Amino acid sequence: MLAKRIIPCLDVKEGEVVKGVHFKNLRYAGKPQELAKLYDKQGADEIVYLDISASPQGRKTLLEVVEATAEEVFIPLTVGGGISEESDIRRVLKAGADKVAINTAAVKNPDIIRAGSKRFGAQCIVSAIDAKRVYEDREDRITVETPQGKCWFDVYIYGGRVSTGMDAVAWAKRVEELGAGEILLTSMDADGTKMGFDIPLTRKISEETRVPIIASGGAGKLKHIYEALTKGKADAALAASIFHYKEYTVGDIKKYLREKGVEVRI
Amino acid sequence: MRPRIGIIDYGVGNLRSVQKGLSLKGAQPVITAEEEALRECDAFVLPGVGAFGDAMERLKPLKGLLLDSLDEKPVLGICLGMQLFFDESEEDGLHQGLGVMKGRVIRLPASVKVPQMGWNRVEIKKKSRLMEGIKSGEYFYFVHSYYAVPTEDVTVATTHYGTEIAAVVEKGNAMATQFHPEKSGAPGLRILENFVSMAKKG
Repeated sequence: MLAKRIIPCLDVKEGEVVKGVHFKNLRYAGKPQELAKLYDKQGADEIVYLDISASPQGRKTLLEVVEATAEEVFIPLTVGGGISEESDIRRVLKAGADKVAINTAAVKNPDIIRAGSKRFGAQCIVSAIDAKRVYEDREDRITVETPQGKCWFDVYIYGGRVSTGMDAVAWAKRVEELGAGEILLTSMDADGTKMGFDIPLTRKISEETRVPIIASGGAGKLKHIYEALTKGKADAALAASIFHYKEYTVGDIKKYLREKGVEVRI
Repeated sequence: MRPRIGIIDYGVGNLRSVQKGLSLKGAQPVITAEEEALRECDAFVLPGVGAFGDAMERLKPLKGLLLDSLDEKPVLGICLGMQLFFDESEEDGLHQGLGVMKGRVIRLPASVKVPQMGWNRVEIKKKSRLMEGIKSGEYFYFVHSYYAVPTEDVTVATTHYGTEIAAVVEKGNAMATQFHPEKSGAPGLRILENFVSMAKKG
């Protein structure tokens, strides 16, 4: 049976690791390739780098970081952020990444998913979706019952700064049709809170699509990850701060999950 | 002596990881599609990216060289590279493969999420050079939507994903993994190491 995956995520700015709380107030937390090596040793199943550099120089630095990582880390590496055309995908893969995560560019031009998938294979095209709850009962939106009330999920772009008004569940189905091989689903409401993943969101998108789902945003306790992989039906859980600040190791999480009967690679 | 291993560059994707892995295990890897450069090599890696039909098309100029080499040089297929060893594939219509191994490549069953993406256990079915020193039940990293169904006895290890799947095959100098050894941590590097030692002997 396929093991559930634990994926540390490193937000990288100008070649350095940072983690935003609610996508704001960035704090420094170490060198990306050093952390990637550490997580690999701890038993991480994959590594994600999200590039939040604003400058072309920062992007170039990221490619160097990817190259340095590929020298020493032999588990899959996904790179997201700043991917806007096919040539960006090619550059990142050539530097040593296995997958690219695409968010804003896909919303603005969905064809990048289709073209990227055809050219490089569906397995390396990850659709990153940032979703935020809107507590409205609308007929033209896919709604979900939550403990806080009925809501639909709005897709955000530009690192969580811009609302698109697009339905996240419908968008997830669309990117699957276009050829995305995986969905990296981040809850804007939960991200940075350490209060747990948005389970209704994760579950809905897992049930409505046939590609693997990586749940992201809100991991603070071991049980949050367990819930995302069971109640949320996610295939993988992604987290950042709980690893960077050494609250838990990847090994701690996997041991806990295995005791609870979840198949993980140890 | 560091054996020269030609990583056949017939398209796109991440070839750096397999290059670094082979280099770490004592080989001198070269990424190339030049026939002249490949003739100098002691062994080959047929990596796995993209679609079957496209890959066969791009591989056409090197097909003769590859098939001739199999008489004396080890060739390691990875992922799609493994599938290319077989007679034919159903990916996007029917396409002819290299025909080194008998069997057909078909889509993963509808009962599971496709692609299979992640770490799965590999059960060793019989002794092989490629899997030497690796314990049965070890996890390896898979990313694929199609899988090979051999009709001859080439399977040395399997995994389970909706159905039983050939994970490692060997037939003379042709050997292959459906998973990515270059992305499977320490056990994956051990496979590359085993391959490098075969390249040395070759």
